[in-house]
Amino acid sequence: MGTFIAIVLAAVLTNNFITVKTYGICPFLGVSKKTSSALGMGVAVTLVMVIATAVTYPLYEYVMKPLKIEFLEIIAFIFVIAALVQMIEKVLQKTSPTLYNAMGIYLPLITTNCAVLGVTELVIGDMSKFLAGATMNMGWAVLYALFAGIGFTVVMVIMSGMREKINYLKLPKPVQGFPISMVTASFICMAFTVFSYIV
Amino acid sequence: MKNFKKITLDGLIFANPTFMLVLGTCPTLGLISSASSAMGMGLTVVVILTLSNMIISALRNVIPNEVRIPSYIVIIATLVTFARMFLEKMIPSLYESLGGFLALIVVNCIILGRAEAFANKHGVIESAVDGLANGLGFTWALTAMGIICEFLGSGSVFGVKLMNFQIAIFATPAGSFIVYGICIALFVYIMETVQRNLKVRAKQLERKKMLTPEEKIEEAN
Repeated sequence: MGTFIAIVLAAVLTNNFITVKTYGICPFLGVSKKTSSALGMGVAVTLVMVIATAVTYPLYEYVMKPLKIEFLEIIAFIFVIAALVQMIEKVLQKTSPTLYNAMGIYLPLITTNCAVLGVTELVIGDMSKFLAGATMNMGWAVLYALFAGIGFTVVMVIMSGMREKINYLKLPKPVQGFPISMVTASFICMAFTVFSYIV
Repeated sequence: MKNFKKITLDGLIFANPTFMLVLGTCPTLGLISSASSAMGMGLTVVVILTLSNMIISALRNVIPNEVRIPSYIVIIATLVTFARMFLEKMIPSLYESLGGFLALIVVNCIILGRAEAFANKHGVIESAVDGLANGLGFTWALTAMGIICEFLGSGSVFGVKLMNFQIAIFATPAGSFIVYGICIALFVYIMETVQRNLKVRAKQLERKKMLTPEEKIEEAN
């Protein structure tokens, strides 16, 4: 139970993917203009992160380590992610057309999202500081991926809410677009800094 | 020759991947809190981008159009794996400071973007120049922001202590976001002013050419 709470707090608040690790900034700045699309992107990223971790962690632990081909991890992982994204797209298209219509346009973008490759690389590395004494296994890896995705979604939704308000401001031309979004993001980061005092 | 000049200037200034196109933001924001790691990241990307552009351009007639993106990703991932092994053995300090972002060069939009937009349509030498120019554009942008962030965050530049003060916020991602945002705004403002001035000057020159000799004397007076 202690490990569960430690992972949830670390993944969502103290080690949030966007505000602390700065992974997955492209969709964070690109798809956060409207709350609905930010939520869709967040859910899609979370889904792919969980499934990708559930595939790559056992692949690395039980196939690549015994065969001593750990150096191929980058190539293997990016291939798994690309294939998974294509597969999820096809499965969604067949089984749930409404969900596909809501999420379909975000799915192809996820292959080149740092957050997905980042989480698969993180869970095979040194995770001891998040685990509160427990040993790493597949369950914890998938749990970490799930809550890292939820943390990503939370920040996306907060950001989109703020950007919807910013649209009403009159700004000088050079500041419009990316610069004002970055300054807004910086305030969210500052707010999340407070959580680092929890642990 | 004129073509090469245009490619170089586009990569370094007019279509700078960091300031004008805002690509590759994750490593930028993650590493500009220290000037040396920002520069190390930039130089690693220069090498990988130049090599990947050359290889993709050399293979552009061999790779079928339908599977080109997976092929590019395999080429880039292979190069990144080599770079990672090289840095781990040869420059362990840089390997440590880049951390997870070294593996994430695979999904850096600049590299895939140049492959898709430039290397699969142009020759090997042109692609190499384009890769070098874009990589150096990325490097100078990161180094400049790294110097600003590190100076404000710890009073030092490239690890050399200059002044005894620190603003802790600039050592965190929050400070990186602010510096990056303000740098983009300044760069866009300067570029717009320069281009407007150039247009005005071109118009003046055109007008002078159209004047008759008598009018020219009048203008001079």
